[in-house]
Amino acid sequence: MAQRIFVTGAGIISCLGNNLQENLASLLGTKSGLGRIHHIDTLLKDDLLVGEVPLSLEALFGLAGLDITEGYSRNALLGMIAAKEAAANARLQENPGLRTGLISATTVGGMDQCELYYQDFLANDTRNAYIDSYDCADSTEKIARELGIADFITTISTACSSAANALMLGARMIRTGKLDRVVAGGCESLTKFHLNGFNALKILDKEPSRPFDQNRAGLNLGEGASYLVLESEESLKKTGNLPLCELVGWGNSCEAFHQTASSPEGTGAYLAMKKALEVSGLKPEDIDYINAHGTGTDNNDLSEGKAIEKLFGDRIPYVSSTKPFTGHTTSAAGSTEAIVSILCIQQQAIWPNLNFKTPIEELHFSPVTNLLPNHPVNVVMSNSFGFGGNDTSLIFVKI
Amino acid sequence: MAFINGIGLISPQKTAEIHGFPAEITGYTADYLKCIEPVYRNYIDPIQARRMSRLIKMGITSAKLSLAEAECTMPDAIITGTGLGSVEDTEKILSEITLEEKFLNPTPFIQSTYNTISSQVAIQLKCHNYNSTYVHRTFSFESGLTDALMQFDEGMASNVLVGGIDEMTMNHLHITRRIGQWKMGPVHNLELLKHHTPGALPGEGAAFFLLGKEKTGSSYARLLEVKTSFNLNGSFKPEFILPCFLGKHDITVHDIDLVLLGVNGDGDNDPYYDRFANHFFPGKPQAWYKHLCGEYHTATGFGLYVASNMLRHQHYPEIFQYNAFNPSRLKNILIYNHFRNVNHSLMLVQGIF
Repeated sequence: MAQRIFVTGAGIISCLGNNLQENLASLLGTKSGLGRIHHIDTLLKDDLLVGEVPLSLEALFGLAGLDITEGYSRNALLGMIAAKEAAANARLQENPGLRTGLISATTVGGMDQCELYYQDFLANDTRNAYIDSYDCADSTEKIARELGIADFITTISTACSSAANALMLGARMIRTGKLDRVVAGGCESLTKFHLNGFNALKILDKEPSRPFDQNRAGLNLGEGASYLVLESEESLKKTGNLPLCELVGWGNSCEAFHQTASSPEGTGAYLAMKKALEVSGLKPEDIDYINAHGTGTDNNDLSEGKAIEKLFGDRIPYVSSTKPFTGHTTSAAGSTEAIVSILCIQQQAIWPNLNFKTPIEELHFSPVTNLLPNHPVNVVMSNSFGFGGNDTSLIFVKI
Repeated sequence: MAFINGIGLISPQKTAEIHGFPAEITGYTADYLKCIEPVYRNYIDPIQARRMSRLIKMGITSAKLSLAEAECTMPDAIITGTGLGSVEDTEKILSEITLEEKFLNPTPFIQSTYNTISSQVAIQLKCHNYNSTYVHRTFSFESGLTDALMQFDEGMASNVLVGGIDEMTMNHLHITRRIGQWKMGPVHNLELLKHHTPGALPGEGAAFFLLGKEKTGSSYARLLEVKTSFNLNGSFKPEFILPCFLGKHDITVHDIDLVLLGVNGDGDNDPYYDRFANHFFPGKPQAWYKHLCGEYHTATGFGLYVASNMLRHQHYPEIFQYNAFNPSRLKNILIYNHFRNVNHSLMLVQGIF
């Protein structure tokens, strides 16, 4: 009998709120967090809509419970806040004897500060504290120190599926008996670097994104951090935690088509979802709801839609993308949307796909457009598909 | 456990396109050791290669070399570890956006994402299988190996392609010299231990390994175990975990024939290696390799290549000697590395002949 994986803690900070309760309130109130950029000095400020956490660096220090000090990026602070919430919920500190890992995901790393001080780095010695905090490992190690986790730590970067892969690795490490519990998820702050990068790719929508809509025009970037605590059954006996749900399936596949595009048939997406079902032992008809990757780009929504049709045939479950709520939080999207999916199970509700008007011509289904409260939800599939074709799908079930 | 069935290595030594150790050692005075690169058009379509950054070309080529040696055309997983990704592309973008925020060419942005190597290799092979990238300093390559070994434990794979790749640029060196990681000026790589001043000599490299479930005609050795340890509060010593690490394979410290150390010429950090090695292996051969490849986050990839070849050819070349002892046997090699006494890693490699 394969080791079961339970979710016992969740922590999140996003444009919807600073913690789990605030994020839930925004979802229930169908209140999107998209708005203008306030905390990054960029020429794109007035052009773009983003899901920015409406807090300055100083305020983030406060929320993280840290004194203001050099060498901390916005990214690390977001990660710290969310990871601490998840750890507190799962009472990590109260049960020190368990083999615990931290698997975090990020692509920007400490870039938000590095890009501010890059010219200083080249010219003089005034900003050296930020040189070290530039890389992807920095936020992970800061969080590990804060939470006292040492048994296994690593950082994953697979673009938009990073945090989903962190959760998948965590589950596998528990299942193979290497760890008893894992804090897994991701953090990504907005940076001039990737705002400009995505802008150059011409896939940003200046309006709120419209996933799965025929007239969709691109995505809105977001920022945030989110972590889950996963525990084995043995660990659960020792901690006495009440699980939020169970993680039963995971699938990772590569599109292997083009660096920035999925194949029209969505091969990678299809295979990732199929593998997740195989691992879970469930059938397509068991899925009640898919929290889609649904970025609102021309390419993703069509490929993902085609892949869903191919896998689910005539029995397509409810589908929505919640990126119009949170923005696309890139390396944190996988865990952010895992939490959104888990909240469906907890609340027995299905979140709407905001801003939808016209179905995509080539697809035979439309997403859910209204909040469905008091709706039975037992099994949720959460998709995260990244640049480079790194596609990952996760399945959570109600206990 | 998995067999190392193919190796592709582009490094500051003449290792690309040959098997085994090069006939000639490359030594010179430099700010950092730079890779000796092959002619890429022999491995990558020139039209595609024109648009690729250096790191991507190095990654794809070394991946292809390892696959070719192992006679594998479709691995069940592709996993890359990189500490810094494409430094060249990242710098291009940073220069543009920090002087005048006018950034129009998306190509360097896409190539600056860390997963670009794993993904480009998959595109070359049309491989839809498991694909991931680890980006955690000197745990990057080891995390990839940990994931790979788990794939075999789970019965998910017969062949896994795993690599470790990092590059250096003068710009990045200039910046990181400020925080004391490196020698402050050029040094001769073969004289690193003569003066043993603070700081390491930087390097770079791309090492890909095709790990297999089965032994084949091209097998070098068995990769038995990999462990990373994070020194949370400064009190960790690898001595604490070594017996247990070895014990998983019914091996004790006495069964280790040679210890391969990540000694890098940094007078501040090398004493940690000396302490560890002399604690358990005072009379045993202690070896090192970073004078040949330099220091970088995925340098243990070069180390694994060295151990693999020592075991396959049953040969301990003098160039690797750190102390004066010779091995009485070459069966079990322990590779130990640390970065600033924070990130410690162990690898256990065993010969198959």
